[in-house]
Amino acid sequence: MEDQTKEPLVSISGLSKWYEDFNALHDINLTVSMGEKLVICGPSGSGKSTLIRCINQLEAHQKGTIFVDGLEVRPEMKNLESIRRDIGMVFQNFNLFPHKTILENLMLGPIRNRGLSFKDAEALAMQYLEKVQIAEQANKYPAQLSGGQQQRVAIARALCMTPKIMLFDEPTSALDPEMIAGVLDVMVQLADEGMTMICVTHEMGFARKIADRIVFMDEGEIIEIATPEVFFSAPESERAKLFLSQVLGH
Amino acid sequence: MKQFCLNLPTPRSDRTKQSKTFNFAYAARSLSSLVLALLIFASLGYLIWRGAAAMEYRWQWYRIEPFFFRSVDDEIIWGPLIKGLIQTLKLAGTAGVFAIIIGLFTAFARLSNSISGRIISTCYLESIRNTPLLVQLFLFYFVLAPIFGIDRFWAGVLCLAFYEGSFAAEIIRSGILGVDRGQFESADAIGLSVLNKYKDIIIPQSLPLILPPLTGLIISLIKHSAIVSVIAVAELTTAGLNLIADTFMAFEVWFLVAGIYLALTVTLSFGISIFEWSLKSRGN
Ligand SMILES: Nc1ncnc2c1ncn2[C@@H]1O[C@H](COP(=O)(O)OP(=O)(O)OP(=O)(O)O)[C@@H](O)[C@H]1O
Ligand SMILES: [Mg+2]
Repeated sequence: MEDQTKEPLVSISGLSKWYEDFNALHDINLTVSMGEKLVICGPSGSGKSTLIRCINQLEAHQKGTIFVDGLEVRPEMKNLESIRRDIGMVFQNFNLFPHKTILENLMLGPIRNRGLSFKDAEALAMQYLEKVQIAEQANKYPAQLSGGQQQRVAIARALCMTPKIMLFDEPTSALDPEMIAGVLDVMVQLADEGMTMICVTHEMGFARKIADRIVFMDEGEIIEIATPEVFFSAPESERAKLFLSQVLGH
Repeated sequence: MKQFCLNLPTPRSDRTKQSKTFNFAYAARSLSSLVLALLIFASLGYLIWRGAAAMEYRWQWYRIEPFFFRSVDDEIIWGPLIKGLIQTLKLAGTAGVFAIIIGLFTAFARLSNSISGRIISTCYLESIRNTPLLVQLFLFYFVLAPIFGIDRFWAGVLCLAFYEGSFAAEIIRSGILGVDRGQFESADAIGLSVLNKYKDIIIPQSLPLILPPLTGLIISLIKHSAIVSVIAVAELTTAGLNLIADTFMAFEVWFLVAGIYLALTVTLSFGISIFEWSLKSRGN
């Protein structure tokens, strides 16, 4: 499809991470090129969240290197904030700021980090709220919105920083079933627009639809990386087969 | 009756409002408690009056007006109790501001990754908490004040500020730790600087957790400020002591002084609860 010589946007090599004595990630090697969509799946506790949280250093790693857009991301670095501004993140529990309105949630980043005026930030925020179809809720507080709406606001809030890559950590896991489709629609739309995305998700239909590659993890290691066609029809490892039978079969 | 309303949910609009009928038993119970309380207060008052009479104490309540103010030629001159009250307010107000600043610094030092910050703050907290306030006051007044050339008012202010600051530090620290971890993470994830993260996200959310115990702290600061009368700072308690030396009206003066402290602290907690209520109704 696209030429593979392109400079990778994220490149991770030899990454290991410990929580105290517990080895959460072991020797992870992974590159993500511009515009690529990666879905990470695997059993609970396999280190999926830990891996994507290392990319924007919500978790510090102890070994290996992570490059984002050509810059190395290190735990003790001074200008971590400026790298984080290029990495959007969406959490399982939305984590909207409850004391701010929806509009204020979106405007905070652009005003504080990019020095936008109130007017410009408001226009930008409204543009992204319209994109996720929440514009009419702009002046409400997060607690007044449904879970699905809150998650779409969270996506819009991350997009307001015009990130180069978006990280999603099980964005639909905390939602009621009828709310999931709306959030996935927004994510599919984002993928279609060419956003580089790394999604941790159990939504296999979604994965099949948008993923360029699927990364299967277990016990802190990457077990296999494959295209969705290969991964879903003929996974290599026994562990992936077992996992798929649990997720897909009922 | 029962079988007719078996499976029918009541539409919201049809449901009865919360019952507001007069509850007779509740009213009777409240009334009898009130009467009991009044009886207890009355008998306490009677015992004091009897005791004083047995000592042949001459109550002279009619002489107290000049303790508050005198008017000379249509001009009002404030009496010693009002002047003392103003000094107490100045003392407690200044010490309160410093206590909160000290508390903020100490709290952040304890939360930080800096080892020296954590060592210094822990030493400060432990030494303040484990020595008597009176001894700290003497240290400030007899040792530090001459060394650094500060007067007795500022020795009192600083002593109170460092004492209450140690409690403020813990209140602020636990308020910050009470904010959901996800809030720190999403503030980090959108790339806010540390300063903006605390200013825009964390502090506003910890305020409802910090304010109630901080009110308690300011109230105890006002009460503790009486201790600086031992280094003769001219505040309310000192004014009381001086008045008694002049007039020998110990009973009246101490009742008045206590009453003024009480009025001050009650007003303060009332004011703060209105403020908290407005915070709550705004942030829903
Ligand atoms: N802060 C922490 N301290 C100690 N151990 C942790 C911490 N966070 C995660 N772990 C452990 O690290 C391992 C990987 O956790 P992680 O959250 O990355 O898993 P996950 O694949 O995202 O699982 P899930 O699907 O349940 O979200 C787990 O065994 C977890 O118990
Ligand atoms: Mg996880």
